[in-house]
Amino acid sequence: MTETLVIIPAYNEEKVIGSVLEGIKKTGPVYDILVVDDGSSDRTAEMARESGVKVISHLFNLGYGAALQTGYKYALRKGYDTIVQLDGDGQHDPAYISALLDAINSNEADVVLGSRFLDEGVYDIPFIRKTGMKVFSMLASVIMRQPITDSTSGYQALNSDVLHFYADPRYPVDFPDADTLIMLKRSGFRIREIPVKMYGSDKKSMHSGLTPLYYIFKMLLSIILTMLRKEKTIKDREW
Amino acid sequence: MPLIDMTTHQKIFAVLTSSAVFIFILELLRRRRLKEEYSWLWILTGITMIIMVIWYTPLVIISKLIGAVSPVTTLFIFAILFLLVLSIHYSIIISRLTHQVKDLTQEMSILKSEIKETIDDR
Repeated sequence: MTETLVIIPAYNEEKVIGSVLEGIKKTGPVYDILVVDDGSSDRTAEMARESGVKVISHLFNLGYGAALQTGYKYALRKGYDTIVQLDGDGQHDPAYISALLDAINSNEADVVLGSRFLDEGVYDIPFIRKTGMKVFSMLASVIMRQPITDSTSGYQALNSDVLHFYADPRYPVDFPDADTLIMLKRSGFRIREIPVKMYGSDKKSMHSGLTPLYYIFKMLLSIILTMLRKEKTIKDREW
Repeated sequence: MPLIDMTTHQKIFAVLTSSAVFIFILELLRRRRLKEEYSWLWILTGITMIIMVIWYTPLVIISKLIGAVSPVTTLFIFAILFLLVLSIHYSIIISRLTHQVKDLTQEMSILKSEIKETIDDR
């Protein structure tokens, strides 16, 4: 049996982090849980500690990807070999953790994405955002020659090869998305999607205000740059 | 069309400003406000500015070479190019620093949590 760590990046989630952690505990198996508090100004870290999980706090806000990466670096140091990551805002239903892990443990894939669009009951996503998600997923599908329906998904499970890859300086620290998947694919990793349930979040999304424009620009640029780079394959990679 | 020479007015102004910039850089270095690592660039800039004003021929030759109507245009072109390269240079440094700050913060957060663990275990 492998050692599994559940990584939860959280930024100002004092209201929901408790119920997210309760939800994970209710799913049955006991997992080691790590909450990475990304410089929250509220009581996110305290709330998580009260639930009895491991908490690592950033001194200031570094961004979603960087918070995840802190979790990966911690996992590497502690010798975990399977990772599940889900968001601290309650969007991801913890009931699917075991399904994600099954696909990793049966060695069907190196990284498994939870896709909200493979599931029948998709919550109401604002039209523009939904279009953006679809476009980048389609772009990723074409480049990767593999159907991808939800490239934005932060609900993932990964094995230790991908863990090393994600802990690398190349991992994007703002919003890991289609570009990261393309990078993974080009490096020779096996990617799979399984349906999961996601809920809308009351909180203002990180993709609000002027951010969508920057996001689209950054993602396109990032994809093009990923294509221009020659990624090392799994075989000739040295960690 | 003959190249227009600088007027005495222009020359005096140019010498004064470039000398002032040069002295300012030296003063910053003397007070250790500017790291020597980057200062070579500024010293070089200051010296080049002064030389170009006093010794006019190279500027005229370059102007003819690139087809500029007046040597002042040449000065402007190269000044803008220089500033552009400088901004890119700073962008590179900022990117590196951002990366280092991220790595340091992550490392520190993990270490801090480990220290807390050790203390709690006692």
